[in-house]
Amino acid sequence: MSLAEAHQLDNSGIKFLNEPIKADSETDVIYMMCPMHLLTLDDKVKEIEKGQVLSILTDYDGALEDIPEWCNKTGNEFLGIYEDTDHYKFFIKKVKES
Amino acid sequence: MKKIYLDHVATNPLHPEVLDAMMPYFRENYGNPLSLYGPGFKAREAIESARESTASLINAKAKEIIFTASGAESNNFALKGIAYALQGKGKHIIVSKIEHHSVLNSARFLEKQGFVVTYLPVDNHGLVDPEAVRKAINKETILISIIHASPEIGTIQPIAEISKIAKEKGVLLHTDSVSSVGNIPVDVQELNVDLMTFAAHQFYGPKGAAALYVKEGTRIVPLIYGGIQEGGRRAGTENVPAIVGMGKAAEITKRDLQKRIDHIRPLRDSIISSTLKIDKVILTGHPEQRLPGHASFVVEYIEGEAMLLMLAAKGIYLASGSACSSKALKSSPVLISIGVPVHLAQGSVVFTLGEETTTEDITYFNETFPQVISRLREISPYSKGWEETEAPTCIAKK
Repeated sequence: MSLAEAHQLDNSGIKFLNEPIKADSETDVIYMMCPMHLLTLDDKVKEIEKGQVLSILTDYDGALEDIPEWCNKTGNEFLGIYEDTDHYKFFIKKVKES
Repeated sequence: MKKIYLDHVATNPLHPEVLDAMMPYFRENYGNPLSLYGPGFKAREAIESARESTASLINAKAKEIIFTASGAESNNFALKGIAYALQGKGKHIIVSKIEHHSVLNSARFLEKQGFVVTYLPVDNHGLVDPEAVRKAINKETILISIIHASPEIGTIQPIAEISKIAKEKGVLLHTDSVSSVGNIPVDVQELNVDLMTFAAHQFYGPKGAAALYVKEGTRIVPLIYGGIQEGGRRAGTENVPAIVGMGKAAEITKRDLQKRIDHIRPLRDSIISSTLKIDKVILTGHPEQRLPGHASFVVEYIEGEAMLLMLAAKGIYLASGSACSSKALKSSPVLISIGVPVHLAQGSVVFTLGEETTTEDITYFNETFPQVISRLREISPYSKGWEETEAPTCIAKK
């Protein structure tokens, strides 16, 4: 069972997507550990416009909790996670200037 | 006594401008680059500026440069990092038989982890045949690693041709350019490689600073986890003075490279033409497609170590084979790979010139070396009968 499936069973409220969303900007932090997923996210969100969508591809399990939490803290919208074979693709909509 | 350093492929003295650039980062700007206050910011800015200069030397983007502590580390990182990153796609790696030990031993390590490695032979000039690379590629191949220029025999490989084949087949290409960057123009766009290793002390920068170029978008598993340095790809507090030194050395090299080449090539040619006049001396490596400051020979019936010591006593410093093989008193795998018989491989000598080498130095060398060979042959246990022997046909002659 993947961690994502465990979260679903756990009813933790994480939004999983059946299909990926079209993103305006994409970034890849595969093989990068904490906190690179959050630092990269912070950098990349600064580069896009309000209303645009960023996708971030990671294999880091901790991101399942960290990225939605980061969105809560920064006031950006967490659109959901698309789970690929070994990777997670997170979708974030920029709501406010950081 | 004169001191003539002809072992620039082993290392180089620090350029005075490099030392000046480094000094403030030992005591004044000592901050940790991750610290969120003045001294930390200064260190961070210095590293990023060095990254720009280092990238510019090989025509890369700054974000494609990962600073490491040595060429050996960069080579380990390239092989293991790509092997682990792509093991889901395949487990086959191709290297040449004349790679540096940091590539060969990483490949051997990966074999123990279940990867399959093809060791490509080279011809008598030390060249890898691009078509042999093509033939070696299979559906499982994920990485090819071919040394750009051999420090032992000076031969420069046709990396651009090999990269065409690698791209055609969708396989990543790494090249160990420790001996080429700083000695010849190296452009990652022209070579079209995905990863490249190079080290600062090969171009008058400090020891302890090197880099791995990783083409943007290439996934690599870090060797060292634990921090966000180098974009999370190489954890550990940065060696700021050394990185600053590497950046400065790269800037100077970009400015002075052609001048260095124009200076050392005729001096090197003088060594080759003078030394080949001596009986039973053979040039190793490619006669033309070789590093401009590099002359390497096999001298029959004499041990390289003996020549090295006797020349050192006369103030001339050189290498006998690779630094590692030399220390281990083993026959060089590179020389064996180009067809030098084991007994002759012991008679290897390598001369590599630098920007401070003078015409007077080479005149002195050209006078001294024949005397040294003559003296050693007089006392050699093989002193009788060598005059009648045939030169081995398996070695390329100029």
